[in-house]
Amino acid sequence: MGWFKRLKEGIQTATKNKKEAPDGLWYHCKECKEAVTMKELRTNFFKCPKCDIHVRIGSHDYFDLLFDGKFEIHFDEILSADPLEFKDVKTYPDRLIAAKKKTSLSDAICVATGKIKKKPIVIAAMDFSFIGGSMGSVVGERISRAIDLAIETRTPFMIISKSGGARMMEASYSLMQMAKTSVKLSQLAKAGIPYFSFLTDPTTGGVTASFAMLGDLNFAEPNALIAFAGPRVVKETIKKDLPEGFQRSEFLLEHGFLDFIVDRSDLKDKLGELLVLFDESGVKQASIAP
Amino acid sequence: MVFLEFEKPLEVLYEKLEKIKQVGADGEIDVTDMVVNLEKRIAKRQKEIFTNLTPWQRVQLSRHPDRPYTLFYINHICKKFTELHGDRKFKDDKAMVGGIGSIDGQTVVIIGQQKGTDTKMRQFRNFGMANPEGYRKALRLMKLAERFGFPVITLIDTPGAFPGIEAEERGQAEAIARNLFEMAQLKVPILSYVIGEGASGGAIGIGLGDRVFMLENTWYSVISPENCSTILWRNWDHKIDAADALKLTANDMFKTGIVDGIVKEPMGGAHTKPEEMCKMLKRHIKKQLNELMEIPTEQLIEQRIDKYANIGVYEQLETKEL
Ligand SMILES: [Zn+2]
Repeated sequence: MGWFKRLKEGIQTATKNKKEAPDGLWYHCKECKEAVTMKELRTNFFKCPKCDIHVRIGSHDYFDLLFDGKFEIHFDEILSADPLEFKDVKTYPDRLIAAKKKTSLSDAICVATGKIKKKPIVIAAMDFSFIGGSMGSVVGERISRAIDLAIETRTPFMIISKSGGARMMEASYSLMQMAKTSVKLSQLAKAGIPYFSFLTDPTTGGVTASFAMLGDLNFAEPNALIAFAGPRVVKETIKKDLPEGFQRSEFLLEHGFLDFIVDRSDLKDKLGELLVLFDESGVKQASIAP
Repeated sequence: MVFLEFEKPLEVLYEKLEKIKQVGADGEIDVTDMVVNLEKRIAKRQKEIFTNLTPWQRVQLSRHPDRPYTLFYINHICKKFTELHGDRKFKDDKAMVGGIGSIDGQTVVIIGQQKGTDTKMRQFRNFGMANPEGYRKALRLMKLAERFGFPVITLIDTPGAFPGIEAEERGQAEAIARNLFEMAQLKVPILSYVIGEGASGGAIGIGLGDRVFMLENTWYSVISPENCSTILWRNWDHKIDAADALKLTANDMFKTGIVDGIVKEPMGGAHTKPEEMCKMLKRHIKKQLNELMEIPTEQLIEQRIDKYANIGVYEQLETKEL
């Protein structure tokens, strides 16, 4: 069942030309309302220098933060189709065109390989700016191929989750990506390759209820919203106010669903340590899962 | 009997039939011919209504208050059924039921979401919306089945996994994710049926089957038409448009290849002849199990992984660099 169309050389959005705000531009913090320059923000790991809040960033920002210099992008030749000819107030192709134009990205996830502290790693990082980081066929397929690549090259794998959940315009196909990514992760586990799930603000819906919760290690940025049902839905269901800090990283850590929380400025060092630990005891001699 | 809006023309005919039968029972007049005639008219009208159902009408039928639920099927399909309770971690979820029984000599584990048949029971069953402990109970039973080589049958009927505070605290997302991960490698056949509503993660949380079928008047999608309308159209008024757009009926889902087939319902829907529906489902299950049980374990798991790994439609550029 090869359900993709092969296109001839087509027009591809320039995924490599990431949009970067000029250094002189001001950033107005949504949390503390203070203004800082983009340069200050960037040199502070995209955390507000005044209140320390972790500002939402994109896949390429994480790649720049984490990799030792160069990295290689994979699978950006896989692009969204419109299998259900979906139309709400807009058509799905129109939404895709608008999203590509706005973000200069080709979909809501980007796969890259490179080295962190000289240790190779495959990273799939999501982009919330692309239709809410929603999971459609492309997100599922890129993750699936990233896992194959990690297995073939026996390289540790990480997903940086940041998603509102399902891509509704792909309806049942979107739902099935939960199954698809989970069966692929079961193959990765069987091959004894470590999988780090890094959850960032926000990670909700079908993404949380599949690959984001299936890490050998699950860890998150501080104060990230991590949920199955979003806070609005929960509030409507129970018709009560939600407790302080509900569905934030610290709440999930307390309830046993995260291994640890890591500040973005410590992320690279932490991953470097983990890759050494798993390299020595894990990857080479991993036993086959039962 | 409860009649949905589009079933109303039938209600009048059924009422007439009851009256005539009553007259017949009084013994004054021979009503046999009249009864036969009226039954023919009902069948004809039923056929007219049910041959061209819209997606939204199918959604309504999937939620019909008289529709058979999981335990009804289990009790009609299985012999010596013993319900097994609890997830061994926290509690017993009443919205998810499961147990062990026999289908004509084959021991099986059957699991499914359970809705209630009256107001009190609907609350007791939490409207078929399971908490994490429900998914964990389901997984415990699947692991039990695996240990003893029993095939697993899952019956899906849920408006979604429960979106409550405690559900989030106890890891609703983790529970569903864990099921998907474990079901991928389960060493026994898994056969899944959508028997009513198949809503989102709550449905697929027990739905990763080797083969998945939908009853004729059911729906299966990433979101309910109502919620889809609220999110994409920003109000509730477009549930009918959303039902069309989501391609959520058994026919649509079969066309996309995501489900493996459709189980016919009796004319007029499963609720009009529930016992007959059970017989039809039982026949279907037996045939599928016979086929699945022939497949060697390794191959079964490989096929299951391929099945899900291949779902998705995307475009692929021939050359990467331009
Ligand atoms: Zn701030």
